[in-house]
Amino acid sequence: MTSIDQIKAAVAAQPHLGRRSFLKLSGIAGGGVVLAAVAPNVVGAQSAASADPDRASEVALNAFIQISTDGTITIYSANPEMGQGIKTALPMIIAEEMGARWDDVRVLQAPVDGESFGRQGAGGSTTIPRTWNHMRELGASAREMLIGAGALVMEVSAEELKAADSLIAHESGRAMSFAQLATLAAKQDVPDPETLTFKARDEYTILGTSISGVDNLVIATGEALFGIDTRVPDMLYGAYQKCPTLGGRVISANLDEIKALPGIVDAFIVKGNDNPRELLDGVAIVGTNTHAVFSAKQKLQVQWDESDASRDSWNLIVAHARDLAGTRGKDLVIDKGNVDAEFANPDNTTVEGFYEYPFVSHLCLEPMNCTAHFKKGKDGAKDALELWLPTQFPGSGVRVGNEMFGIDEDRVTVHQMRLGGSFGRRTSSEYICEAVTMSKRVNAPVKLTWTRTDSIHHDFFRVGGFQSVKAAVDPAGKLVAFEDHFIGMQVDGRPVSGSRFAPTEFPMQNIDNAYASKTMFGIATPCGPWRAPGSNTTAFVTQSFLNEVAHAAGRDYVEFLLEILGEPRWFEEGNIRSLNTGRAADVIKLAAEQAGWGRPMPQGSGLGLAFHFCHAAHVAEVAHVSVDADKHLTVHKVTVAVDVGPIINMSGATSQVEGSVIDGLSTMVGQKITMENGRINQSNLHDYPVLRIPDAPQVDIHFIQSDYAPTGLGEPALPPLAPAVGNAIFAATGHRLRKMPLSDEGYSI
Amino acid sequence: MPNYSVTVNGAQHDLDVDESMPLLWALRDILGLVGTKYGCGIAMCGACTVHVDGSPVRSCVVRVADVVGKSVRTIEGLADGKRLHPLQQAWINLDVAQCGYCQAGQIMSAAALLRENPNPTDADIDAAMEGNYCRCGTYNRIRQAIHAAAGEATALFYDAAADGEDIA
Repeated sequence: MTSIDQIKAAVAAQPHLGRRSFLKLSGIAGGGVVLAAVAPNVVGAQSAASADPDRASEVALNAFIQISTDGTITIYSANPEMGQGIKTALPMIIAEEMGARWDDVRVLQAPVDGESFGRQGAGGSTTIPRTWNHMRELGASAREMLIGAGALVMEVSAEELKAADSLIAHESGRAMSFAQLATLAAKQDVPDPETLTFKARDEYTILGTSISGVDNLVIATGEALFGIDTRVPDMLYGAYQKCPTLGGRVISANLDEIKALPGIVDAFIVKGNDNPRELLDGVAIVGTNTHAVFSAKQKLQVQWDESDASRDSWNLIVAHARDLAGTRGKDLVIDKGNVDAEFANPDNTTVEGFYEYPFVSHLCLEPMNCTAHFKKGKDGAKDALELWLPTQFPGSGVRVGNEMFGIDEDRVTVHQMRLGGSFGRRTSSEYICEAVTMSKRVNAPVKLTWTRTDSIHHDFFRVGGFQSVKAAVDPAGKLVAFEDHFIGMQVDGRPVSGSRFAPTEFPMQNIDNAYASKTMFGIATPCGPWRAPGSNTTAFVTQSFLNEVAHAAGRDYVEFLLEILGEPRWFEEGNIRSLNTGRAADVIKLAAEQAGWGRPMPQGSGLGLAFHFCHAAHVAEVAHVSVDADKHLTVHKVTVAVDVGPIINMSGATSQVEGSVIDGLSTMVGQKITMENGRINQSNLHDYPVLRIPDAPQVDIHFIQSDYAPTGLGEPALPPLAPAVGNAIFAATGHRLRKMPLSDEGYSI
Repeated sequence: MPNYSVTVNGAQHDLDVDESMPLLWALRDILGLVGTKYGCGIAMCGACTVHVDGSPVRSCVVRVADVVGKSVRTIEGLADGKRLHPLQQAWINLDVAQCGYCQAGQIMSAAALLRENPNPTDADIDAAMEGNYCRCGTYNRIRQAIHAAAGEATALFYDAAADGEDIA
């Protein structure tokens, strides 16, 4: 058990970590990073940490791994942690290959340094697949260096040594600890990555087990950890008011009145560049505490020029989209075989449906925030910038400092802060620009905090949309044609995140006759990635509609899906991002079996199944739902079967699935962002309902740990939830859910 | 500005703050106790939950002026020195947190529940914890962790009654 003091010491040590240039890393094609040769005699000597007398005994084996003479193995986690568990998972991979004992490992968040740590972003459930080999190489490389040192000291052949439990052990039983060997190990040649071998899965002692998150003690004791917890000397506090009508510009504001309020240091108008991802017009208020600036913001009166601002109206969007039901769009996505012949065949059964889903907000519980310290260069020195930044892409801080504020890239320091949720939200740069603008003006560090209302009004929303779908089954009940008219949104002529519809959408690859087209509505409302973009809405449509079709054909849905999938095959052999029908069938069968698919259900109760493939993950879910006469819904249990390859951290993987199920349910039950004349109508939890603990279903999770390369689990368990619940509601009541949220259809939970 | 005398985690503080200052911002910005979190500002998410004389309150809607002469306990003051509160230990053992942002508030609500009801049922947990939102959906583990900590030596808890008595 790690003591509070150990953790506190680790956290306290973090800000002192400097750029660690003593180990050279070089990029390789594909964005990966491999260890390159280093000059062994400088390893450790240049370590910033070695200047600290308490840590002078640490030796670095590479940029990610340090071993202390007290036995502590420090592993740097390079990528941002937002609740997806990567800060624990990546060091687990390193520790496994290294042969470290997990209790000896402490994990520190790496400084932002692409040269040493490679690409440090996180998004798209890609961190695990992107870094899997690199993490294994780092661990295996350190292991080989320790074995090399052990061979020298014990005067035996390296082949006779093994690394386990933080020891290098000889087959005779002699052993030396990593700590004893570290200094000599650091002087060994860094192995050529091509020569490294990795453990077989049955040799794992860390991977696949449940490891508690490395920040859990800090979280449970309330130590500073998140971006919003930042406190630096002489720091001021900031708030920023943008036009509630998205894109409005400032004409004037009651600045004198605001500046006279208690605790207010400055208030000023900011002219932006009209780019919502960078800097929109607004009024900045800086003061001595958050309450002062939030209170002043409420008293702020701004005259806005809304002539170029958004005019978006959800009601108008819905009306226009419904006019398109049953039509085809002018932009073709796929035209394969002959759907028209199948729809015209009188022996076939044709089914049509029109599906709708709204905009939703990210609602990260930690509001958007950034602490910036713009340091004006004195006596001819260049300006510098220091950022304490919760973001999925910490490199964005460097880019913004350079491109927006003219600061040399090597004079921008970014501290990666833990993110209080992100789900795709913290990928833009406007909150950085706002904080830097304030710091520059008042010549002091400023912590900008958005209010909850700011965080909703100025979100980059999950885009809403519509799909008009049609399918035909032959007299045997087999799916023979599928058609989709995808109605999405674009800003400035470019489809927004989540408003894409690919020819590979299920089931179009799997059948002979498919037709898909698109119509894109131009909007101004900013949209962005939201947990499983595109999939989180398209899975709802396709899996609900195929369930409709199966019912119309008198087919069992599991049998119907398995028939569509057909023989086990991989659409693009070797590409884990392409559908593998064998893996798909396996998760469907497993979820059905574990949920007791086919058993008789009492009146008002039903099971609903859905499958979706995205983010290289095959996931099937079965929801067990009851609906009473008042359309009150109880989701008793969701059974999930997942194939993401080998599991890194069983606890973390289970958490991601549980969280995805509950997030999916929370979103589908009552969440909906609407806008009228460019203004977002919702502002806080009183008008944007969230799922609470009494309504959380039991989640029963089953992993198929196949031998395919592992992939990320932050997103892919979310998309099947909504159609599984919708299909269960149909099974329970006969009412087909074609619209989210459920509350629009009269349901409550 | 008015001066308010408030006891936080057993230590007395004189706070020179605006009379409208919510306790939340005094804790975070003035005292540097950042474990208590801002989530919604309208007492609907529970991230800012602290104890006042042993009872859970949402510190975003309670003013400093309202807690003069009372004893405030935050997540930083929940452990008994280095000995973690059984709930903190259960939270770690069961790896409850995902992003972790709401968890201080969850633990403070749960600690108040266990003080009143050392062995809560699921229904008791639902009633006590409904006001604490978790965006990541850790509810099932929160429930398990409360059950795991339930019945464990409540002597490890700080003595909330004594907190109140210190002031009197």
